[in-house]
Amino acid sequence: MTSTNKLLLEAKGITKYFGTITALENVNLKVHEGECLGVVGDNGAGKSTLMKVLSGLYKPSAGALFFEGKEHVLDSPKDSQNLGLEMVYQDLALAGNLPIGENIFLGREPTKNIGFLKFLDFKKIQEMTSAHLEKLKINVKSADQKVEELSGGQRQAVAIARSTAFNAKVVIMDEPTAALAIKEVGKVLDLINKLKSTGVGVIVISHRMDDIFTVCDRVMALFQGTNFAESQLDKTSRDEVIGWIMGKK
Amino acid sequence: MKSLVGLWEKNKMDDKEKKQDSLYVKLIPYFEKYGILLLLVIMILVMHILQPDVFLSWRNVTNVFKQISWQSMLALGVFMVIVTAGIDLSVGSIMMLSLMILAIVAKAGAPWFVVVLVPLFAGFLCGLINGLGITLLRMPHPFIMTLGTLYIFRGTGNLISGGTPISGFTDEVRYLGHGRIDLTWLGLEKSQYLPVSLVLIAVVYFVFWVFLNHSRTGKWIYAIGGNPSAARASGINVNKILIIVYSLCGFLSGIGALILAGRTDSGYPNAGLQSELDAIAACIIGGASFFGGRGTVLGVFAGVMIMGILRNGLNLMDVSSFWQQVLIGSIIVLAVYVDVLRRDFGTRK
Repeated sequence: MTSTNKLLLEAKGITKYFGTITALENVNLKVHEGECLGVVGDNGAGKSTLMKVLSGLYKPSAGALFFEGKEHVLDSPKDSQNLGLEMVYQDLALAGNLPIGENIFLGREPTKNIGFLKFLDFKKIQEMTSAHLEKLKINVKSADQKVEELSGGQRQAVAIARSTAFNAKVVIMDEPTAALAIKEVGKVLDLINKLKSTGVGVIVISHRMDDIFTVCDRVMALFQGTNFAESQLDKTSRDEVIGWIMGKK
Repeated sequence: MKSLVGLWEKNKMDDKEKKQDSLYVKLIPYFEKYGILLLLVIMILVMHILQPDVFLSWRNVTNVFKQISWQSMLALGVFMVIVTAGIDLSVGSIMMLSLMILAIVAKAGAPWFVVVLVPLFAGFLCGLINGLGITLLRMPHPFIMTLGTLYIFRGTGNLISGGTPISGFTDEVRYLGHGRIDLTWLGLEKSQYLPVSLVLIAVVYFVFWVFLNHSRTGKWIYAIGGNPSAARASGINVNKILIIVYSLCGFLSGIGALILAGRTDSGYPNAGLQSELDAIAACIIGGASFFGGRGTVLGVFAGVMIMGILRNGLNLMDVSSFWQQVLIGSIIVLAVYVDVLRRDFGTRK
């Protein structure tokens, strides 16, 4: 299902220095339509740095990003969002004091004009939120509920809903099931599978082999900031991937 | 073993769900929204019972509004800053500096509309300096930047005026702080007028309520207070919004200076001394959370009113101003304790 589908995102030779520290060195990555790529690696292997480069939060010291075949330079997360590339952060990047709907549309709120002034269109936010949550089969009491009143799994679902509200083509998820109760992990993984079936390319960073082997089609390992190993999922095993994380082939 | 852990997790979840649905927790949002108004109403009733002839008289009620008029502007500015999880200690000094500039410009014989606009512009610039300092100089906390400008602005105000009061403004300049709207056409007596400053409070508070609740910028101000990294990840220019917030806070302090000029007919070195603390107190009493992202414009208004009524009522009853300090301090601690309790019960951990 991978190589035949359209190539969405490609990173070539990504290198990133922080002062004298080399966080990433010549790292390559590819994601296709409807494919899920798992990125594994030990703490400090460069996973989060790589994702921040992909989302435009960090500028790479060297290397290039190609989106649907064209090279792009990302100056901010806004640029990657405009291309259809969304990030679901580990700390969820939700504002707990705001309702679900306003979180999903944060920074891109629909407005209506009254005279020359622009006002938030709360009705539209509510309608679009309900429709979107319905589409992803995410159950919450109402779109007006504040995010801080939700459980960890519901928050993760809202964060994923937020990332796909604007026709995202690639969604990057940083540890999507960390800090979730056991019964909520399955729901989030289901949601990832649902995204794949709509043609979205998904990149999942995770420590949990269960996650990787439930949703991913391909897995790549980073070790000390470099590409260490990569394989189709059906051609590898949990033990081998765990070995990669520890730097053993 | 694994299933046992699962079972335990499940029980824990169920317990949480039960707690979530209890009547007590359901009431919290309403208490959060309207509790402070309840306190205000209770205070008014108590004061009315204690001083039945005086407290609710036309004269005294308008007096309260005149007294809180300039403080309410500072409190509204500080409130916006507190919503972003920041603090502005310099509002009293901004007001004093704007007032001194107004006085000097007025004494130099500038036309009244210039004199009226100058403090607003000066206040805005002072706030802009705060905002630029916090964002561009990357101060570790707004407390430090605004503590610095608290001294800088007041010192500048004293330098340009020589530290002496400057008095005597024209009626146009004094209109917002001292003007009266005649209500005799409603069949009321001549003494039953509406202070212009009361109308000004209503207009300014309404405009800022609309701004904070119905504009994108307003929503982003709350988002920054709720989770700045979420705001940044959403493509919001956090620094730009912070600069806008501190500038508006300075602008409101400038309005405060204009009102004070009208009320006192004078620019004086001690204007607004320690008023930044009153402004912060009003926000906290009104339910704004120091953690950011929480609080309402209505709440701030209630906070300002509670402080104003407390001072007014205790003055009417001839209670020592020392007791006023003790009472206001106690109310602040109590209000924040309620905020702590709300955080314990209101959110899932």
